[in-house]
Order: sequence, then C-alpha cells, then structure tokens
Amino acid sequence: MILSCENLTLGYESHPAVHHLTIQIERGALLALVGPNGAGKSTLLKGLMGQIHPLEGSIKLDLEKADIAYLPQQSQVDRTFPLSVQEMVAMGAWKHTGAFGRLKSIHKRQVASALNQLGLKGFEKRMLSTLSGGQMQRVLFARLLVQEAEMILLDEPFTGVDSRTTQDLLRMIESWSEQGKTIIAVLHDLEQVKTHFPQSLLLSREAIAFGETASVLTEANWRKARQLNEAFDEHADHCGTH
Amino acid sequence: MFELLVLPFVEFSFMQRALVGCLAISLSAAPIGVFLMLRRMSLTGDAMAHAILPGAAVGFLVSGLSIQAMTLGGIVAGCTVAVLSGLVSRMTEVAEDASMAAFYLISLAVGVLIISMNGSQVDLLHVLFGSALALNDEALYLLGAICCITLSVLACVFRPLVLECMDRLFLQSVSRLSPIAHFSFLVLVVLNLVGGFNALGTLMSVGMMILPSAAARYWVKSLDMLLLFSCLLAVVSCYVGLLLSYHIAWPTGPSIILILGSIYIISFLVGANGSMLTHLVKPKHLTA
Repeated sequence: MILSCENLTLGYESHPAVHHLTIQIERGALLALVGPNGAGKSTLLKGLMGQIHPLEGSIKLDLEKADIAYLPQQSQVDRTFPLSVQEMVAMGAWKHTGAFGRLKSIHKRQVASALNQLGLKGFEKRMLSTLSGGQMQRVLFARLLVQEAEMILLDEPFTGVDSRTTQDLLRMIESWSEQGKTIIAVLHDLEQVKTHFPQSLLLSREAIAFGETASVLTEANWRKARQLNEAFDEHADHCGTH
Repeated sequence: MFELLVLPFVEFSFMQRALVGCLAISLSAAPIGVFLMLRRMSLTGDAMAHAILPGAAVGFLVSGLSIQAMTLGGIVAGCTVAVLSGLVSRMTEVAEDASMAAFYLISLAVGVLIISMNGSQVDLLHVLFGSALALNDEALYLLGAICCITLSVLACVFRPLVLECMDRLFLQSVSRLSPIAHFSFLVLVVLNLVGGFNALGTLMSVGMMILPSAAARYWVKSLDMLLLFSCLLAVVSCYVGLLLSYHIAWPTGPSIILILGSIYIISFLVGANGSMLTHLVKPKHLTA
C-alpha cells in the first residue's frame, strides 16, 4: 500500500471539494482520476501533495515527499518567465541539488537524456515563451523524468496537446508504470482511460466507483456522478457524517 | 573631455561619495527590480516606498536627521506592511496586490499624519527626494551593507525565487522554501527602498529598481543577461546623472532617474526585443 485516504474531506473555506473519501492505492498502480468538472480531482491531487490540508480525515503515504512528483496544469506555469528549456528541466534535479547545490555532470547527462527521450534535442537554449503547448508539456514531462520519483501525479496532462504528442507521453507513462512507479492522472478522455489505465477512480466530490476501469466507467456510475455534482448547494447545512 | 567626464570625481570628495553610494544602490536595487518586474509586481515597489514613510518619520522625530534611526524605522514599517499583506493574502482569499494596497495606504496616511503634526515640509522633501551629494560615512556604510546583504541573500534564494515566480506549485511540491523565498524577497525590496531613500529619496529609489529592468527587457532575453544588463544600465545612469547634476546644477536624484527614463524610452522605441521598431519593421522570415 503506497497511499491510503481515510474519511478524507478536502475543501476551500468550509465547502468540501472532496467529501468523505476512503480509498487505498497499491504500489505500482496506474490509476485514472475521472469525474465531471468541479468533482474535486485537482483538489485531491493538491491534498496528496500536502498543498492543502484535510478539513477532516487523513492521508497516509508510505514514501517520502521527495519521492512524489507533480505535474500541475499548464496554466499554473508562467511561461513568459525568461528561462530556457534546459534550465527548466534541470529544476527536476532538485532532490539532488536542493536550493543551493550545483548541477553535477551526472545530472546534466540526465537532463540531456530526458530532453532526448521527449524529442526535445536542439531545444535546450529555447526560451519557454517560444514553445507551443505540446512542446511545453514535453518539457514538463522531461522535468518529471529527471525527478526520478516513485509516485507521479499528473493533473490533466494532455489538455491542449496534439494526438501525436499525447501518444508519445502515454508511452512514457506506460514505461514508468512498467518500472513499478505509481501513477495517478486526472483525465477527461474516457477512451484514453479505457485503453491505457487499468484502474480508475470516478469522483464527484464523493467516490462514486473505484477499481477496474471497465467496472468503474459505466453509464449508471456517470449518471450518479453528474447528479451529485449538480446538487452542489452553496447554503448547505453543516455535514453530520463522520 | 577628461575635465568633463572624470575631473569632478577626482577633485571633489562629495562627488566620489555620491558615485560610490549610487553604484552600491545600482548593484543591489536593479536585480531586485528584475524579479519585481518578472513577478508583475512593478508597482509593488512604489507601494512599498510609501509604506516606509511612517517608520522614517518616527525615526526622524526620535533622533532628528539620523540615518540609523530613519533607516531602522523605515525597515520596521516596510517589513510590517510586507509581512502583513503577505500573510493576509496567504491566509484569506484576497490577492496580495489588494492587501498590499490597503496596508500601504494605511501606512502612508500614518506617515503623513506624523510629519504634518510634528515636522515640516522641508523634512518631507528630504525623505522624498534624498540628498545624494551629501552622503556621509554612515550613509555609505549603510548603502554598502545593504548592497552586500541583498546580493548574498539573492544568491541564496535564487533558485527557489525563480520557481516561486514562475511555477510555485512545483516549488511547493519539492520543498518548503516557498514562503521563505517570498518573504525574504519582500524584505530585500524594503531594504533597498530604505537604502535608496538616503541617496535618492523614497520616490526616486523606486525608479532605480524598476526602470533598469523595464529597459533591459527590450534588449536581452535570458534571466542572467537581464540581471547583468539592468545593473549595467543603472550604473551608467548614475554616472551620467551625477555628471549632469554637477555640470548644469540639476538636482541629483531626478537627473539619474531622468537618464534612466530616457534609456527606457529609447529601449521601447528601438530595442532589439519586442520594441515598437521591431513591430513596425518586419524582418524577412526564416526558412521553415
């Protein structure tokens, strides 16, 4: 067991975005996190990263924080900042360099290899502001590669990315999975989930279904997810379920 | 030519002192300005310059025109506003610019109140416009110390600060340094504004931060070049501004800022990156 959530409620002010969630995720799982907009998927990832604290319940992780890598949604990265592709990818070596350390030659080779694997050879000196959406996503994946984390959390990794890049990045995710890494990805393309992700969690603030993808992504489960999501009440009473 | 460009600095010790003081401010304030600009916080420098006023005023009331007292007061007032507005924005839903605006306005009102009830307009003019040509030993030591502290702290928090500016979620995922990077940067902004007000005055010292980086952006692209080039522009402007001030008897602070302002105007008109000229004259495109 690499991760377990016990009666977990996450939210903003007192509004729950994830409500009474209890799940356990095995080491090496390749899990898709699906659900309607506003279902709490990104909030759950932020909770797992420790960026927001539980309003109730707990998260237990059987690994160090440094062994978790997180890919934020692209919109959260300021691409106008004057940083080159190489400098951005080298930030992935933080576990080894920390805030002050120099980038050793082994890490420089790692950065070069990551750029190569993501098809970014020749882009080393390019500024981030000159990249397309797909190229930027490759850069962020290259940084993940350099991070060498045991658990990888991906927040909408294919939004605004063309099909060829998506296929390349999916292959990378599968190779990480083959290496035994645990991967949790927020996704919207259900065909993609069915083809590439053996496990899924359908979330609509509460866990609607969790397990094998085929049994989770049923029409009945989606109906329930949408109904729960639409029932969001700004003036709801205090929750009494514990 | 020697008489025009070098002799004033050889003959007069007040010109040497002014040059050394202004160079120290250039080397510390310009890099801070680059980060302010990249974080889209250019106007924060202006807000913070107002925020240090009550501290400087209290320092003046307690010890007269004592640099130590006014500096200490300015640092306390500036850091209080920076930390309070940072805390309020991190603990509530309100963005930092709004909370900073609120706190600096309160601070400014307190400052003006203290000065108008106890001081005179001459004192206020000193705080606003400084006196670069009357820097004593204490002021020079202070400016040198602020320059050393700024460059050392900036070197220490450089990597986290870059990430704090452009990918805060990543920084938060790999370390706990996000608030340290943010607040130490704000403290550096305050330190430099306080340092600047001795030589140039609070309002003019903001120009030493913002104008070099704003102009440099039109010439260079990478972060290291932006830092170097903005320092260079600040140093050159100080030198030319001091000469202007000497030869045609202009007040020093405005002279330096006007030189920087002219460089900024030239930069956005004809700079190599994204200037008006590059928009008007479209070069031939390269092969695909």
